[in-house]
Parts: sequence; structure tokens; C-alpha cells
Amino acid sequence: MKFINYLQDITGVSIFPLASLLLFFTFFVGATWFVFRTPKKVMEQIGNIPLEQ
Amino acid sequence: MQLKDTSGNISVQSPSIPFQQIPALEQYYYDNKIVKAFAYATMLWALVGMLVGVLAAFQLAFPVLNFNYPYTTFGRIRPVHTNAVIFAFVGNGIFMGVYYSLQRLLKTRMFSDRLGWIHFWGWQGIIVTAAVTLLAGYTTGKEYAELEWPVDIAITLVWVIFGVNMFGTILKRRERHLYVAIWFYIGTWVTVAMLHIVNSFEMPVSFMKSYSWYAGVQDALVQWWYGHNAVAFFLTTPYLGLMYYFIPKAANRPVYSYRWSIIHFWALIFIYIWAGPHHLLYTALPDWAQSLGVAFSLMLILPSWGGMLNGLMTLRGAWDKVREEPVLKFFVVALTCYGMATFEGPMLSLKSVNAITHFTDWTVAHVHVGALGWNGFLTFGILYWLIPRIFQTPLYSKKMATNHFWIGTLGIVLYAVPMYWAGFSQALMWKEFTPEGTLKYQFLETVTSLVPMYALRGIGGLIYLVGAIMMVVNLVKTIKGGKLLANEAAQAPALPKAYVKTGKESWHSWIERRPVQMLVGSLIVVAIGGIIELVPTFLIKSNIPTIASVKPYTPLELEGRDLYIREGCYTCHSQMIRPFRDEVARYGEYSKAGEFVYDHPFQWGSKRTGPDLARIGGKYPDSWHYNHMLKPTLVSPGSIMPQYSWLLDNDLDTTLTAGKIRAMQTMGVPYEPGYHKIAVKELLTQAEKIKEGLAKEKIKTPARKEIIAMIAYLQRMGKDIKGEKAASTAANTP
Repeated sequence: MKFINYLQDITGVSIFPLASLLLFFTFFVGATWFVFRTPKKVMEQIGNIPLEQ
Repeated sequence: MQLKDTSGNISVQSPSIPFQQIPALEQYYYDNKIVKAFAYATMLWALVGMLVGVLAAFQLAFPVLNFNYPYTTFGRIRPVHTNAVIFAFVGNGIFMGVYYSLQRLLKTRMFSDRLGWIHFWGWQGIIVTAAVTLLAGYTTGKEYAELEWPVDIAITLVWVIFGVNMFGTILKRRERHLYVAIWFYIGTWVTVAMLHIVNSFEMPVSFMKSYSWYAGVQDALVQWWYGHNAVAFFLTTPYLGLMYYFIPKAANRPVYSYRWSIIHFWALIFIYIWAGPHHLLYTALPDWAQSLGVAFSLMLILPSWGGMLNGLMTLRGAWDKVREEPVLKFFVVALTCYGMATFEGPMLSLKSVNAITHFTDWTVAHVHVGALGWNGFLTFGILYWLIPRIFQTPLYSKKMATNHFWIGTLGIVLYAVPMYWAGFSQALMWKEFTPEGTLKYQFLETVTSLVPMYALRGIGGLIYLVGAIMMVVNLVKTIKGGKLLANEAAQAPALPKAYVKTGKESWHSWIERRPVQMLVGSLIVVAIGGIIELVPTFLIKSNIPTIASVKPYTPLELEGRDLYIREGCYTCHSQMIRPFRDEVARYGEYSKAGEFVYDHPFQWGSKRTGPDLARIGGKYPDSWHYNHMLKPTLVSPGSIMPQYSWLLDNDLDTTLTAGKIRAMQTMGVPYEPGYHKIAVKELLTQAEKIKEGLAKEKIKTPARKEIIAMIAYLQRMGKDIKGEKAASTAANTP
């Protein structure tokens, strides 16, 4: 039996997977956007933290 | 341009930053003493854990090494090995690396020396207690979570102390930005806390006896959600944090791509938490949960390989150093093994592949590529790098370390290849039919043919252990030649209270500076996965169709089941018949979710060194079981099962029987009200019957012996479904 058959028994459950999918999709798009938008220099500075001490 | 004010602070003006104050340099000291303590513990428990592992390996090839003694039998030795390696060796390795790197990445001493030492001694105390109690037979019967409830509470307390010390350190840092390694530490801390607490819901019966709060399918799902993520968040994410610190340090160059590391972190912790059900494919777990596990397991390749490549590429342009530097050699093989294991994992979670590999030695090979290669070699590399630094002396012998590297690598190969071979041939033999349509091999034949492979695997493990001994000798000599720099001086300006933006910033930069929000973010990410996976199975009744003929265990069977758990039978026997032609032909009707509703804890197992026992009930007479426990080879010539002769001698302890029934009632097992008052009487009545039955077969034994309870339990397994069939046949007969 499919997942939906179990889930539909919970009141208003349809919002759960949708909301989580949306949340993570937005999050990953945001993270990717941030990662590629941040200047290389900043990334290099942060990446060098272990070598400072 | 520089200006000094009266308090010594320096003001600077730069072209990009209009005007900003940089506080004066502060002097502080890194605590190397606690790092040393965790390093020593790592070395000690490495040897102990591996030695016990070698013993367990050879026990499968040479059963005489079980010594016919309860405390040295495989069923108890194996959990000691897994717990020692995971929580003692790798656990101390994590703390060693975290206490060293955290201070330096945050430019501050640990928050509290005292908390550090409570953490250290608390953890060692837990390890010793774990070893003693597991050998003594106190176990919850849930893999990698075998420790009884008082130890579980102790683990929680020590973990909280570690967390307080870690977050205290983060809060008093002198470096604004939290380097990616620290994200992995935070993610590890919060997720392990969540997994441990959820999986350890137990109903105590006495000081050292409890039952899992969950039953059957639900228990299995929670257990493998925990079990899989113990691999993910104890053996992987903290080690990735260590990788992001120690590989750049050892190679003296920054991580290849800091961009990748950000994506790596979020993707890994989000996806990992969903993958647990891939341990339960083709079982009685609902299909949707299995599919969810497979889908997320496949996705795991991306972040895992992203991380591995990021580590390996850090060494770009430094391969000449790898040729000469044993530390880097260890790191390269560790990353390669990580890559192999994280490619293999998703492949093993494909249902068609899993149908072949599950319950076989293939899984054992898979986890050991991870444990010996990834965890072992990364730890060795860190130890070789760290000990000379904190003892202010060069490594005693680089040549010896290089030899350790080659010996260790040979050990991994010699361990893994026979196990892959064994796993593959075992699966093929299980599934082979004759042209007439009967199973070609008896189960025992599939075991005896693997004995040479088990012996070879033991040799592989032994060689790996020899390498580890060489490392300890090398490091002890290094330590003797140096002097511990207990408090290492360092200088850095204090963190200005007011944060001054250095330009346009994104939301992610915001979270990178905020440890508490990072903790909450990580918790949300892992909790959503856990909730979506677990909640429907608990809320929706139709997930576990009930079977009318399935009844609670009798008091004697319940006592027998507890003996089954005490002796660690689940380490070699499954109780889960998958819906395959060969399994149905060999063991009987495939297992249904409704059969396990009274199983606190579930005992499906994860490995079939011996046959499945889900429908063992009624297959053999009581006398067969009696003789089998006395000496397995009496009834199964060539069997590698240990003897359990003490079950014949030990009196059955019934002092807890009533309490056990009451505990079961509390958890919803439908015994009649007040049944606990007559439980022992009922137990004795059933025991007398078994005793009389045995007497007819010329076996004389008192009724109040452990063997009688064990026989009662074994003869019960799988019988309820048979009862239902008989009832429905009778009802349909005109």
C-alpha cells in the first residue's frame, strides 16, 4: 500500500510533507545561491582559519 | 593608519572598512592535557576493541575459542567488540580531535577544565561499565544500543556535559566565524542526543533489566533509525569535522573548496537521517517506509562523495608530501575507504542488491571498510600528527609509521576480501534450488563452507591489530622522548562585542556566526526527517495489521526470551523471513508485521551466521533443543555455534517474573488483570510439562532450569500463525 494511504488518516497531514519539501527546497536553493554569491576572497579567508594557529 | 586609545585598543582605518576598533591582543593557553588524556584513551581502547574483535572473528572459525564459558561466548563478545570500537575507540578519538581543534579554531581555551575532566572520566567509566555488564549478560538486545537503562542515563548526562563544555567554548570564542568543522561537531552533538534519547525509551523492571518501550515493527524502525544514524552521526559527521580540520593542517593548505563544505554539511545531515529503513528492506516494515529509506540512501552518494573529493582535492599539489608523510598516507586511504563505503552503502540499499547481501557477511565487510579504513586510519593519522606536536618532539620513527600504514592496509584488504567472498557465496548458496525444485544446500552446508573465509578474516584483523600495536609503541617512544606542553600559549584579539559588517552579507553568513541558531537549525533539519519517518508508523493502526491468533508470551516463554536476549542469540540468528522463494522454502511462511506486536524488544537481527528462527517452534522435539544447547555438534555435526551448557545447570530465576508481566501490561500487552500474581505458578506448570516431555525422551532434568525456559521460547516462535491457519482450515471444513 502506498504512503498516502497511511498519511491521509492524519488530519491535515498533507501539509507536512509539502511544507518540509518546500522548506528544504528553499533552504538548498538559498544555500547554493549563497555559496556561489559569496566572494571568493571571503571563502578563502574562512577556509584558512585552521591554518592560522 | 593606526591609533591607540587609553585602554590599549588599536583603531584602524582601511580603504574598505571605514573605521573600526580592533581590541588589544589577549594572551591565553590551550589545554593540551585533556587532549593527551583522550589520546591515551583512544590508543588503549583501540587495542582492546580490536583484540576483542579478533577473538570474535576466530570464534566463528574455531568455536573452541568460546571456551564454553558464558562470559567469553560470541553472543556476549560481539557486542563488547562493537561497543568498544564505536563508543570507546572512535568516541575517544572524536573527543581527542574536538578538544584539540575546537580550542584552536575558536582561539580560546575550553570553557571549563573541570567539565572536561568530568567528561573524560565519565566516558571512561561508562566504557568499563559497558564492558563488564555486557559480558555479564546485561543487555537490552538492541544492536549498538545494548546498554541497560542506568548506563543510558549516564551516557545522557556525560553527553550533556560535553555539550555544555563545547557550547561554553563556542560562546567565549575569539573568532567570529564558526569554521565548518564546528558545524559538524554541533550537528553531531544534537543528533546523537536526539537518537540516543528516542531509542532508549525503556521500561525498567529492575536495576539492570528493562524492556524497550516500543514493540516489533515500531521497535525495529526506531532501532534502525538509531542504528543507521549512529553510523552517520557518530562514525561519520564528527569524523568529517576532524577531516576538515586535520587534513588542511597536515597538508598545510586550506580545504579545496569551502563552498562545497557548506553544501556538504547541510545536505549530509538532512539526507542521512531518513535513510535508516534501508536496514529493513523486504521485512515486515510497511513498504512506504522502505521506499523512503531507499530513495534517501541513493541521494546520500552526492554529499558523501562531495565531502570525500573535497578532502582528497585538498591534497592537490601536495602529492609529493603524501609519498613521504605517513600521516597523509593514512588520510588518503581513510578518504578512499570513506568513498568506497559511501558508494557501496547506497548500492546495498537498492532492493535487488539488498535481497542478496542482507543477512550475509557482505554487510560485515561493508562496515569494516568504513570502520578500519575511514575511522581507524583517520584516527591513526591524527594521532601521528598530534602526539609529536603536544609533546614538542618529532615522531620516534617515521619508518615504523609507514610500515604501520602498509600493514594496516594489508589488514583491511585481508579482512574485506574474504568477507565479500563469504557474503556473495553465502547468498548464492542460500538461494540455489535443484532442478527438482528443492533447496540445494542445507543451511549448515552454507556455514561450514565459509569457515576458511572466517579464518582468513581473523588473520586480516590480527594483522590490522599488529599495525595498531606498532603505532602505540611508536607513540609511547615519542612521548617518552618529549615533554607535554600542557598549556600552550597563544594570542588573539578579543572578539568585539558589536559586530561590524564588512560588506553585503547573506543570511547564511548570519547563521555561521551564531552557534545556538546553528544548533536549532541542525535539530530542525534532523528532527523533520525523524518525525516524518517514525510518526506515521506509530499513529496509524493500519500500518501493523493485527493477527487475532497472536497472543502474548507465557511467563515461561517470556523468561526464555530474556535468556535469548541475555546470550546475544540475535547476533547470529534473525527472526525475519523475507518474502523470497528460498526463504519461504527454508523457513516457512514469510513474517508479518502483526506477529511481533508483543516483542519488546524486537529480535529480527541483522546477520545470519546461523539460520532464521522466526518459525523454529515445533520444527524439532524438545530433546533436540536440549542436546543442541548442551553441545551443538551432537545434533548438527560441523556446527560453529557455541555450547550453552550452563543453561542446563543454571536455576531459572523467577524473582522478576511478576514484575516483568506488570511491565508488559504497562506497555499495553494484554495479560488479564492480576495475571502477575499467578505468573510464577503458570510458569512452573508449563515447565513441569516440558520436563515430563523430556523425561519421555530419556532426558532427566529438574523443571526449574534455564534450559526449560529457553526450550519453551524456541518452541513458541512462529506458532501463532500456524495456529491461525489450523483454526481457519477447521472453520472452513464442512
